[in-house]
Amino acid sequence: MYRYDQYDQAIVDARVDEFRDQTRRRLAGAMTEDQFKPLRLKNGLYLQLHAYMLRVAIPYGTLNGRQMRKLAHIARTYDRGYGHFTTRQNLQYHWIKLEQAPDILAELATVEMHAIQTSGESIRNISADQYAGAAADEIMDPRPWAELIRQATTFHPEFSYLPRKFKIALIASAEDRAALRWHDLALRIVRNEAGEQGFEVFAGGGMGRTPFIAYPIRAFCPGEEIFSYIQAVLRVWNSHARRDNIHKQRMKILVHDLGHEEFTRQVEEAFAHILTLGTDFPHAEYERIAAYFAPPPFETGLPEAIDRSDPDFALWVDRQTIAHKAPGYAIVNVSLKPIAGIGGDVTAEQMEAVADIAERYSFDDIRVSHAQNLVLPHVRKQDLHAVWQALDAAGLADVNLDLVTDIIACPGLDYCSLANARSIPIAQKIAERFADMDRQLELGELKIKISGCINACGHHHAGHIGILGVDRKGTENYQLLLGGSGAEDTSLARITGPGFDEKGIVDAVEKATDVYLRERAQGERFLDTYRRIGMDPFKEAIYG
Amino acid sequence: MKILTGNDLATGDVVWWTGEGWSVHVNDAIDVGDKGQEIADAENAARRVNIPYVIDAAREGDDIRPAHIKDRIRALGPTVRLDLSRKPADPSVGNWVI
Repeated sequence: MYRYDQYDQAIVDARVDEFRDQTRRRLAGAMTEDQFKPLRLKNGLYLQLHAYMLRVAIPYGTLNGRQMRKLAHIARTYDRGYGHFTTRQNLQYHWIKLEQAPDILAELATVEMHAIQTSGESIRNISADQYAGAAADEIMDPRPWAELIRQATTFHPEFSYLPRKFKIALIASAEDRAALRWHDLALRIVRNEAGEQGFEVFAGGGMGRTPFIAYPIRAFCPGEEIFSYIQAVLRVWNSHARRDNIHKQRMKILVHDLGHEEFTRQVEEAFAHILTLGTDFPHAEYERIAAYFAPPPFETGLPEAIDRSDPDFALWVDRQTIAHKAPGYAIVNVSLKPIAGIGGDVTAEQMEAVADIAERYSFDDIRVSHAQNLVLPHVRKQDLHAVWQALDAAGLADVNLDLVTDIIACPGLDYCSLANARSIPIAQKIAERFADMDRQLELGELKIKISGCINACGHHHAGHIGILGVDRKGTENYQLLLGGSGAEDTSLARITGPGFDEKGIVDAVEKATDVYLRERAQGERFLDTYRRIGMDPFKEAIYG
Repeated sequence: MKILTGNDLATGDVVWWTGEGWSVHVNDAIDVGDKGQEIADAENAARRVNIPYVIDAAREGDDIRPAHIKDRIRALGPTVRLDLSRKPADPSVGNWVI
């Protein structure tokens, strides 16, 4: 993984000092909240329902054991013993004191971490495939490009006062595990007909109150020109964006209003100009960064066979591990979705357990997925049983990857000041209803995503089954949506009809799954059946 | 009744105006009548509290219950972590929110 050089460390340390002074002045009364708020947001510090909330950046969802231990230490020392992994591969602490926030940032800086650009009108943490560098189906590890783009855009003056937040995702496989086209700018590493590597570019995606799927705007951009192209996209948006209306500031609105053909034309025009300025990365810089992401020293000649005599272990292997590109290795998915638990929440002790396991069995490499789970990307198959036992001892051996209980849910009204309804209790009730493992396996891949407000942090637009919490005259109400996808078959979920109360929404989800089980054809997932038979049979079952 | 709430500037704790200062317990809140905004402005200016605002609430026996669920959750704590709430020993306290 990337390691800070002296310049990176100096920048982050200086930022901590700057924020310490800003915080001191705020607490001393030298700044109003209106003056201080944009400064704290630039350092990931929000004010939520119960306390300040600190969002820590985990670039492209990659961290090591030392960093995870530091996150555990912060959880234990400054928070209430736990953290919450988010849909942008970050970690949030929900019980932070302003007076301690600079100390926390200083602690993070000692392990090459920070909270910069996890909030505010900036280029947010760049997300990527959680299996990067391990997946059997990837063209290359996309993280060197993500790191280059991160470095080039962080504190870049042109991108420091954007009209609104800007989200970039990057993958290098045909299978999309990063909700690619739900981003403002989506980059997929591809090969052209000549066999050269470059980027397929999509722009104008996003969730929120006005969801759009990103349009393809360029089939191929060479790597040596991609930063010029990114600058061109941002420049066109920056020059047109509606800074007068918060609901129209995201780039997706501009792409929609201009039309993606006209948006693309203007980007190409800007790109042609920026190319002449020579601002792209020198190849040597790419090589320098890429060296940090060299594959670990995989052993050869390892056994492929796994002793499956323990049925619980065999089930875990079947559901929670996937193919690795190196023979004898597997990618392990660590579920953070225990039945009746809180998805994405991890205690300090669990963080330390994961750090221990990663250091011993996964080349000290840990990933965070946008589905709020963890990944141990490089585990020898012969070590899987030991890893499973260690995870089980830490309460982290649940089996439900991509099943009905592997639910994405935002913090909702239990924590978030923007939320209109609670999300977590709905996820818990659905998980309890479908807890039986045989039933989960019979339903197969079924992605439920729950948001507590229209901002869609729980990705409800992209759920096979989506749930949106709304405020209906002071009472929580839940709308049901069907047919969304955040994978390579990206689609926008549609609302079924009138909303439900807390119990009613769980019943409605169950009725939708009953329709699927009744109507499915051989090999169809829930989403496939919905796409084939349409909304009507589901509406009839749910409302009839 | 009208009560005044905000978050403590230094700690972020949810706090309620008691007439003399701020308390983390909603039952310590007083009815501010039509003086809420005036008190909020003064406390905001004094840098003691963050983003104070007036809400509707009702007295129910010894309890004060904010009218909106969001403020009831603010008063109690997350309903999914009652162990972290203001009443961790009361397993039925979640019903108060809903």
